[in-house]
Amino acid sequence: MSAVLDRPATAAPGAEPEAGRRRIAIRPGAWLTWAALAFFFLNLLGVIGTVLLNSFGRSWFRSWLPGGWTAHWYSDAWTEFSLGQVLGTTVEVTFLVVLISLVLAVPASYALARRDFPGKKLVMGLFVLPILVPPIAYGIPLATVLYKFHLAGSVTGVVLANLVPSIPFVVFTMTPFIEQIDPRIEAAARMCGAGTRTVLTRILAPLLLPGMLAAGILVLVRTFGMFELTFLTSGPTSQTLIVTLFSAVNSAGIRSTQSIDAMAVIYTGTMAVLLLIALRFVNPTQLVARSSD
Amino acid sequence: MTVALPPTARRPALRHRLAERGVDRTLLLVLPGALAVIALFCYPFLYGLQLSFQPASGGVLGAYHAFFSEPFARKSIWQTFSLAIPASLINVGVSVPISYRMRRDFRGKRLLLALLVVPITLGTVLTAEGILEFYGPAGWFNHTLNLLGLASSPVQLTMDYTGVLLSLIISGFPFAYLLTHSYLSGIHPSLEKAASTLGADWWQRFRHITFPLLLPGLMTTFCLSFVMAFAVFPSAMMVGDPDGKTHVISIEAYEAALEHFDYAQGCADAMIMTVLMLVVIVAVTTLRSRLYSGSTGGKG
Repeated sequence: MSAVLDRPATAAPGAEPEAGRRRIAIRPGAWLTWAALAFFFLNLLGVIGTVLLNSFGRSWFRSWLPGGWTAHWYSDAWTEFSLGQVLGTTVEVTFLVVLISLVLAVPASYALARRDFPGKKLVMGLFVLPILVPPIAYGIPLATVLYKFHLAGSVTGVVLANLVPSIPFVVFTMTPFIEQIDPRIEAAARMCGAGTRTVLTRILAPLLLPGMLAAGILVLVRTFGMFELTFLTSGPTSQTLIVTLFSAVNSAGIRSTQSIDAMAVIYTGTMAVLLLIALRFVNPTQLVARSSD
Repeated sequence: MTVALPPTARRPALRHRLAERGVDRTLLLVLPGALAVIALFCYPFLYGLQLSFQPASGGVLGAYHAFFSEPFARKSIWQTFSLAIPASLINVGVSVPISYRMRRDFRGKRLLLALLVVPITLGTVLTAEGILEFYGPAGWFNHTLNLLGLASSPVQLTMDYTGVLLSLIISGFPFAYLLTHSYLSGIHPSLEKAASTLGADWWQRFRHITFPLLLPGLMTTFCLSFVMAFAVFPSAMMVGDPDGKTHVISIEAYEAALEHFDYAQGCADAMIMTVLMLVVIVAVTTLRSRLYSGSTGGKG
């Protein structure tokens, strides 16, 4: 598996000896690494597996498997936590956040990608801070302000709070994307007599659309999974799925763990589908490397 | 903002001079986003800062004094660090050898990458429930230990420091790995090959070539992992020790603000949290700026 890197340097320096042959024996270091990875996956499988089995189990005590199988925890969870309404709110919040953050941040990233101006570092710093400061730390003052303006507890408050990390996120995803679009295309269009509006709608919009789609989907995934900010600013009618889940765990005792697990499976399933869609448009390793530096 | 001055004969218009430095109407596009961040991030932050100096009792610094004079609150700083630093060190440290192995193309690499993304979808609640059930006294983990004869009585792993650390690793490792992987694939293999032709063995190549080139990237990864682990909140409440060893600073801040409705105290805690966070980030970034930062010869 790791033939090239592990080939001892004693083998004829310079030349590429016997390129076709691979060493069968793997060094202890390699064994250790793969074992560590396998152990991680085994534990991960256990963690996911127990929750999944428990959500379908009748009762589960000290045995390897639950005592019997049933699907009624899912319908229980659906009615008990009024998941229909919760999912409605989640979708509403998520789409509003995606839409507003794209509308606000894409123009900003266009200007940041195309212009070099005095104070650019300051503006960049302004956008970096909400990513660096943990959500709880700015969420508490933000919730205080929202309570002051009577916005906390409503869907508006939740959307406003979720915009804080989303706008910088779109800026940092879109800026390198726009930088790679050749500005000469715009210049050519202008030379052919296109006005600003035409350049925007006919030239830039089609070129930006893939990037906006990618950024939008990533914001969607993030907002769907954003716990802290929604938790701090939501009221009973504006909870998203993850907050409802957390409250269900915290008020445990009346709730059966099985229906909580069923709800957690619903959450993870939705999240996995969203992430799969996102991965069709973005390569994760490229994205993190770009957005981090 | 463009200010149209009447053009004088000798000097070009202010508008043109500004445009030469990159200031023109395009910059107005920054305004909506910047104003939103100022209104939703900077204003609340400054509001919270001044609110933290106006506690119900104890004068200007009363809230800060209250935090540092109460041992339970003061200890939450230590508890946060003792969770966040090991978690991010483990996550970054383990992802180095794994991504080192993953540099080459082999069958199933895409699948392995996809599997590593799975924990991102789990969410804190499923992770917490899973940890409680899998590592719990009656869970599969203790069952297996018992079967293998490694432990006669169940090992305590949940509702404890270990449980929170486990949840931080499960949620943080894939993230650290993806970052490390992309930094490592930015280092061109020809550099190692060159060292190899000079007779460097595996360890020398890693020690003197790859590791120094990778170190700045690792420090960035450490910073971001640390930010994630430092803010640990829901999992510390669900799998942690309810009132002792995992009382982290974010729980302290949350309880002050939204359970006792003492917004001044909550904001003061949030400010302390931000300052601690920024101190660590500035320290790591300063260290990082002393390292080599040039071409790594790769695509990254």
